[in-house]
Formats: sequence, structure tokens, C-alpha cells
Amino acid sequence: MPGNPWFSWSYVVDNAPLLWQRTVEHAGLTIEAVAISAAIAIPLGALISRSRWLSGPVLGAVAVAYTVPSLALFAILAPLLGIGRTPVLVGLVVYALLIILRNTVAGLATVDPAVIDAARGLGYGPGRLLVQVAMPSALPSIIAGLRLATVSTVALVTVGVVVGYGGLGQLMFQGFRNNFYRAEIMTATLATILLALLLDLVLWAAGRALTPWLRRRTA
Amino acid sequence: MTAPTGVVDQALVWLNDPLTWTEPGGVLDLTAEHLLMTAAAVAAAAAVAIPVGAWLGHSGQGAGLVVWLTNASRAMPTLGIILLLAAGGLFGNTATVIAAAFFAVPVLLVNTYEGVRGADPDARDAARGMGMSGGRILLQVELPLATTLVAAGLRTTIVQVVATIPLAALAGGGGLGQIIAFGMGTQRYGEVLAGGVLVAALCLAIDAVLAVGQRLATPAPLRASAG
Repeated sequence: MPGNPWFSWSYVVDNAPLLWQRTVEHAGLTIEAVAISAAIAIPLGALISRSRWLSGPVLGAVAVAYTVPSLALFAILAPLLGIGRTPVLVGLVVYALLIILRNTVAGLATVDPAVIDAARGLGYGPGRLLVQVAMPSALPSIIAGLRLATVSTVALVTVGVVVGYGGLGQLMFQGFRNNFYRAEIMTATLATILLALLLDLVLWAAGRALTPWLRRRTA
Repeated sequence: MTAPTGVVDQALVWLNDPLTWTEPGGVLDLTAEHLLMTAAAVAAAAAVAIPVGAWLGHSGQGAGLVVWLTNASRAMPTLGIILLLAAGGLFGNTATVIAAAFFAVPVLLVNTYEGVRGADPDARDAARGMGMSGGRILLQVELPLATTLVAAGLRTTIVQVVATIPLAALAGGGGLGQIIAFGMGTQRYGEVLAGGVLVAALCLAIDAVLAVGQRLATPAPLRASAG
């Protein structure tokens, strides 16, 4: 009876193509979900932060959806959207939405009113004001939201295994059913954590490049 | 008949069968089991996280640890950890409670830490000026001021634990998640849908009850600032 080590390089080497395929699926699903969420949440955030009457109910409704556990949401979506990638993607978008929306609204709320006043005095219209003044000021908060959404999405993708599309989660569950193949579960878990850290690092670097004025201020 | 409506019909038929609810191991039993496991996990997490968080916040140490814990806990794939525990020989409800408690500690610890840390420095100073010892300052000044954040942390933690326990059902744990796991295993998607709805309903109901509880637990003078 061969041992069941917690980690083995030979597993990683022998299964490199499969590991790579699952990692690419995992990363692709994460990036797509966060991109769709951002495309909805950032304009929506800009819109609802104009009035408290709008932002309260919208944030509340999204927060209710966020309270539903991922497993339950995938289980509800799967029979309606079919087994596979779509229910996972839709579920992930819902979860990322709240995080990005909340940070967009919070970021826009902290824009210095004096700056807004000055821009208005210079003759900026509402559209230019939003794009050229308010958004850049809110950018650090929005980027923080994108990073948080990305890291939690990477972890959530694994739950997609319940509807047959969990990226690296497939390997975790396969290893579990395969007589507790520890090396497989461990490798997939570590790969998930590494992917989260890697994507976080990329977004951190992008955020740094997009907000050069923050560095100048602290220097 | 198209497949989706078929699934919805199956779910409704299953949910409408009284036996589904009352049989041994039915929905009522599973809900009770789910709540018992939640209570055990939250109690275990609170027993560790609140004292440690309070002490770190009081002494002002461990800010780095707290930041690291928050970030690390977000990147952790819950499912992977649960399956690793199972592969290590930890099964069933005890393992589920341990895993759920493990994931509950960071939220509660960070909220307690932030609450105690954020207590008004003037109040702390006044307490010291009155000759209170460190322990008394923590118990009688800082912790009461931290109630808002600790209560918020408890609410988040409890909802999170209720949401985490179904994942453990994939690894053979109990609770309402069993309905989803069983439906998946036997390809009865109507039950999967019904299980999903039940888990979601339980989470939303508990969150609503706790929202009221959180408001009651917050001392009146602090309510306005809590929004």
C-alpha cells in the first residue's frame, strides 16, 4: 500500500497539463466575473451616489443577494440556467457586485467638496466633473474594491464544483472522492491561494500605476 | 415539458410533501442540526476571538497580525480546507464545526480588535486618571464602547457560519446542505433547487433576526453613530 503524502512533486509533474487547464479555467472565470461586475457596479455606483434615496435601497437589495450562501445560489441558478459555467459566472458576478459597488459609493462620498466646488467654478459640467475630478479621487477606493472582489471570487469559484464547473475546485473534489488523494486536494488548494495572491498583486501594481499622485504625496 | 419548469415543479412537489419536513432526517431535523452546529461553531470561535481580539486591542499589539488575518482569511478557499480536514481523517459534524469556527475567528477577532482599539482615547484617559487598572479599563470602559462593532462582528460571523456549514455537506457533514449534496449525487435537481432555497431562506431569516438583535445590543447613545 503506497503512502498518501500531503504533497508530492510527482503529482504536480505528472498532472501538469490538467493543473494548468484548471488554473486557466479558474483565472478566466474570475477575470470575466470581476470585469462584468465592474462594468455594472462602477457606473451604477456613480449613478446612485448622486442621491441617498437611490443608494440606500440599491445597496440594500444587493446586500440581501450577498447574504445568500454561494452553494445555495449556485444550486438555485443551476436548474434554471443549466449545469456548467453560466450559473457559476452569474453567481460570482452577484457577489463581486456588492463589494465593488460599496467601494465605488464610499470612494465617491469621500471626494473633497472643495475640489468639486473648484471644478464647478472652473466651468466643468456634471459629466466632465464625474470623469475628470470625482472618479480619479475615488479611484483608490474603487481599486481596493476590485482587489477584494478578485480575491474573494478566486476562493468562491471552487464552490462551483457543485454544478460541475469549479476550476481548481474540481481537482479538490475529485481528490476527495478519489480515496482522499491528499496531494491532489492540497495542490489545488495551494494553487487557488497562489492565484488569489497573484491576481491581487497584478491589481495592486495596476492601481499604483494608475494613481501616481498618491506616491508623490507620501514621498 | 421543458427541463427547467420540470425542475421547478419537482422542487415544489418535494417542498409540498409534509413528509419532507417531518420525517426523521427531514427538513426540520436538518434545520435543527444546522442551528446546533452553528451555535457550537460560533461559541468556539467567540471563546477564542473575543478575548484575543480584546487583549490585542487593549495592549495595542498585533496590528500587523490582524491585518494579515483579514487578508489571508479572504483568500482561503473554504471548500479546500474542509476537504483537506476530511482527507486528514476529520469527518462529520465535529469536523464541520471545527472548520466553520476556524473561518469565523478572523471576522470576530478583527471586529473586537477594531472596537477596543477605537474606544475614545479621552474615555480611556479618564478611566486611568480615576485609578482603574488595565483589566478594569478593558472590561468596564473599552469593551462597552466596542459593543457596536462586536455585535456587528457576531452578526456577520453567525450568518457566515450558517453559510459555510452547507459546504461541509459535500464532505459528508450534516445540516441543510445535505439536501443539495444528496440531490446532486442522485441527479434529482428539483431537490437541489429546493435545498438551495431552504439554505438561502435560513440565512436571510437569521440575518434579519440578528439585525434586530444587533440594534438591541447597541447601547442607545451609540446607535446614531452606528447608522
